[in-house]
Amino acid sequence: MVKVTYVAADGTRTDVDAEPGSNVMQTALDNDVDGIVGECGGAMMCATCHCYVDEDWTGATGARNDGEDDMLDCAADEVKPSSRLSCQIKLTEALDGLVVHLPEEQA
Amino acid sequence: MQDIVIIGAGQGGLQAGMSLRQDGFEGNITLIGAEPGLPYQRPPLSKAYLKSGDAGALQLRPESFFEKKQITLVSGTLVDRIDRDARTVQAGQRVFSYDHLILATGTRNLRPPIPGAELALDLRTLEDAARLRDALDRPMRCAVIGGGFIGLEFAAVARALGHEVTVAEAAPRLMARAVSPETSERFLRMHRDMGTEVLLGDPVCEVRADGISLAGGTRIAADLVLMAAGVTPNTELAAAAGLAVDNGVVVDAHMLTADPGISALGDCAVFPDPATGRPVRLESVQAATDHARLISKRLTGKAEAPYDAVPWFWSDQADSKLQIAGLAAAGDATVTRADGAIFRFAGDRLSAVETVNDARTHMLSRKRLAGAPVLRRDLEAAGFDLAEV
Repeated sequence: MVKVTYVAADGTRTDVDAEPGSNVMQTALDNDVDGIVGECGGAMMCATCHCYVDEDWTGATGARNDGEDDMLDCAADEVKPSSRLSCQIKLTEALDGLVVHLPEEQA
Repeated sequence: MQDIVIIGAGQGGLQAGMSLRQDGFEGNITLIGAEPGLPYQRPPLSKAYLKSGDAGALQLRPESFFEKKQITLVSGTLVDRIDRDARTVQAGQRVFSYDHLILATGTRNLRPPIPGAELALDLRTLEDAARLRDALDRPMRCAVIGGGFIGLEFAAVARALGHEVTVAEAAPRLMARAVSPETSERFLRMHRDMGTEVLLGDPVCEVRADGISLAGGTRIAADLVLMAAGVTPNTELAAAAGLAVDNGVVVDAHMLTADPGISALGDCAVFPDPATGRPVRLESVQAATDHARLISKRLTGKAEAPYDAVPWFWSDQADSKLQIAGLAAAGDATVTRADGAIFRFAGDRLSAVETVNDARTHMLSRKRLAGAPVLRRDLEAAGFDLAEV
């Protein structure tokens, strides 16, 4: 299992045990974490699973994938250097303990 | 308002329930779905699911979500009738009372009245997709009736898996309802380059156990026939209840029917296109979920603005990700930019932009189309750079 912590815009923290191989968006939906919509189901067609990777984890999650920048351009909330589409962050054992922050708005 | 009943547990119906809770509605929400199980995403059925077979990835929300949000999911249940005077919905022996009713009944596959049509497989539900996937476990000759998004997405997956594929489209070009002739041509070339046989302008007149026949006399041998000839909206409940139906359940710019107690959303709803005022019915996740959000805001008193979302669509076919922003009419003019992006115009107004593997232009188009009309002369002056208009 891979532990992921979601920090809502109001500071609420939710810890979740994720399946390796899943992604940060799907894990949020599967565990009733509010603040991630994931409207297109991870097809990189919307920007409603926007998250900010905690600064301690930006190295481990790596760079944005092809096309992610363009979609983030249309995110509802502010885009920062740590912004990612959470559907594009695949969970591996190396990400055990990952912390992501959620924006106030997704759509 | 105490009881909201939603008929249809697809992505739009579920979104209505979720949005109502997000917008602070504290009454009862009942979500009635015809299919068994939890609500799931349809778009991947003809794409990722056909390849992976991972049904779990389709699920929109886990069972615990419905408990936590106190949304009563009544699945595997067909509604028999709506009683507008009593404000009830009847399903078998069960009766659900509503203060407001949301119709999210979606569409079902169209079955052209040709001999043997019942022999063809469908691709609409998870059950359909699972059956198709099972059938593709050995080399097959596939005949696809219909060269729209679903037929072509299936064709691309089946061909990539090594199956023989023939697509028969009655219209003279592919995806004729949704895209420009230029985009049709581009995808025709791509499918033919993949080794798929594409036959245009010749309707299928018969499905046989060993293939299909076209009106022009061509016979195509096939082990598997997929019917992907479009859909028809599920409007029978609305019509029987005396609501206006014209290619869908007719609603106003607030997604409300003539009955102030009944809204409709998504694939089954005909609403005024914000750009032109023309009645339109869209088959897309975007329209279904945006309709749902608007209805929720209205019911909870959060906003009263008319519907004005920019439509967008996508289709994944092999390595080509087609994205459409906006909504063009059949006769709209076409300008192809040097990089292949296609701009469509209704008179002087930009109506839609079609791109392939170009998310940047797509997203920029969605932004621009959401604002004041973009004029052709301004785009021409800017060399069709959307960032400059």
